[in-house]
Amino acid sequence: MSVNDTAAGLPAVNGEARPSGRSAPRGWPKEWSRLGTASLLWFIAAAVTALWADADEWERTGEFASLLAVAGGVLAFAAPLAGRARQTAGGRLKGAAGRLSAAVPWLIVLAIGLIGWEILTAKLNLLPRPFFAPPQALLEVYLDDWPRLLDCLAASLTLLVTGYAIGAVLGVVTGVAIGWSRAVGYWVHPVLRLIGPLPATAWLPIAFFAFPSSWSASVFLIALATGVPVTILTWSGVAGVNSAFYDIARTLGASPRFLVLKVAVPAAMPHVFVGLFMGLGASFAVLVVAEMLGVKSGIGWYLQWAQGWAAYGNMYAALLVMALVCSGLVTLLFRVRDRLLAWQRGMLKW
Amino acid sequence: MVALETTDTAGMTIDVQVVSHGFELHGAPLPVLDGVDLRVEPGELVALLGPSGCGKSTLLRLIAGLEPPSRGSIFADGRPIGGPDPSRVVVFQDPTLYPWRTVRENVTLGLEARGLLRSHGHRVEQALDLVGLSGFARAYPHQLSGGMAQRAALARALVNDPRLLVLDEPLGKLDSLTRLAMQSELVELWRSKGFTGLLVTHDIEEALFMATRVIVFSERPARITADLTIDRPYPRHRGDPVLTELRHRILELLGLAETW
Repeated sequence: MSVNDTAAGLPAVNGEARPSGRSAPRGWPKEWSRLGTASLLWFIAAAVTALWADADEWERTGEFASLLAVAGGVLAFAAPLAGRARQTAGGRLKGAAGRLSAAVPWLIVLAIGLIGWEILTAKLNLLPRPFFAPPQALLEVYLDDWPRLLDCLAASLTLLVTGYAIGAVLGVVTGVAIGWSRAVGYWVHPVLRLIGPLPATAWLPIAFFAFPSSWSASVFLIALATGVPVTILTWSGVAGVNSAFYDIARTLGASPRFLVLKVAVPAAMPHVFVGLFMGLGASFAVLVVAEMLGVKSGIGWYLQWAQGWAAYGNMYAALLVMALVCSGLVTLLFRVRDRLLAWQRGMLKW
Repeated sequence: MVALETTDTAGMTIDVQVVSHGFELHGAPLPVLDGVDLRVEPGELVALLGPSGCGKSTLLRLIAGLEPPSRGSIFADGRPIGGPDPSRVVVFQDPTLYPWRTVRENVTLGLEARGLLRSHGHRVEQALDLVGLSGFARAYPHQLSGGMAQRAALARALVNDPRLLVLDEPLGKLDSLTRLAMQSELVELWRSKGFTGLLVTHDIEEALFMATRVIVFSERPARITADLTIDRPYPRHRGDPVLTELRHRILELLGLAETW
């Protein structure tokens, strides 16, 4: 078995293009035409938006149409460039071209979806208002209300990162302590069993009452939601470490400190990351609930506020931002894991 | 092969005095070692041979200091063994390399654990050279073949310059060709370094090919049934009629003579 072979077999860091089966020189005119189709559909979406009069007055219809046209234009330009890049260029440019061509089916479906959405809402008014907003209503929010949205985003991220970091650190420390020390396990395990399954949001009424501010209460709740899965998974990781790893280190003269920091913790890392991933999901849920019920800023608050004013366009716009941010954070976590756990094979892809 | 710089080449004396040991299995006592009495002189390579599961590996764990014996005592160079010590290093049947460390980082483990990495770091390259893994220093364990992984485990042991190398069926999981090659490599290593070696195996030919002495154990609880000195020069030859005769005798001792 050669090292190079198996190294090549390692899962690629995500985002890297999968090599397509077709050879570049014969494939590229076909790719060109597929990208062209996508481009055409985006132009059609622009035309439908711009030329077909809205059933009701919508602001920013023109801007939305322009945006669609720009997307179509970019794709039209990219088509020949991508073909050439795959043929001649190497490295990064080729990778980008590969990614673009892999995204073509999505670009086509997305354009069709936008056309459908546009027609059903703005053009024909077939869906009940105000619950269904046309796409230009979202654009309107981003163009007109972005300072408030940005403020809320920053507030949410500050709250989330603070709570998550505290929860993650405490979770890892507690998990290692339970896994390592019988005495700690004796006292903490029953508490964890009782409190762990309880959703962190159940603490909400007490937390808002017991903490000096709703912000600190929310930090506590997010830390709790994050800490429980991280603790349990870290613990199970430490408990599951092959005992021969300890034997080896002990015969080589390792101190207990070395056994914890250099054997138990790295060996438990794959489990710790599962815990961090679960904790991240739980922290999103708590963040939104806490912001809807207590904290007077943040995306959760924005959602609530928008709904109160029946501003559904704002709500969808905020939801979209939130989805992107949450997904981005999970991606970030997986990137960190990929880097730290490169030694593992057969990792779950995100 | 490159010689590994050594500070103290003398092997260790191991004195096992009437050691008995047992475990508890489902509440019932399970005796594993029964009055084992064994003295290993410096520089010997002693093979412990016996049926599978008879307690040989337990004896090694006691000598390594990973567990204290239930009864009796074990001395290393005249001092009672109170716990693990880097002068007595074990190589297990599974290479048990840390999967999160590269080959080099695995080999540095002992020096790192004792805070000697800065002063003795150069020994890492020597140890890797010695087992022929210099080109794989940056590979991760899952990228290695079984034989390479076991060589890496050997380098991880040798970098500490042990005075006793405890080998617990180190070749047990290798394919037969790699196994034969590594038997010769191990003998050469032992001959060049002068450490005392203890080799647990259930392969009679391996014991005879490698060891200066073969201790034969009974079924569990293990008792020593024979102590044979293999007075043949190195490098040995597998076809040596003296070894063949000894093999026959050991088979008899193990109650397997009818297969001869």
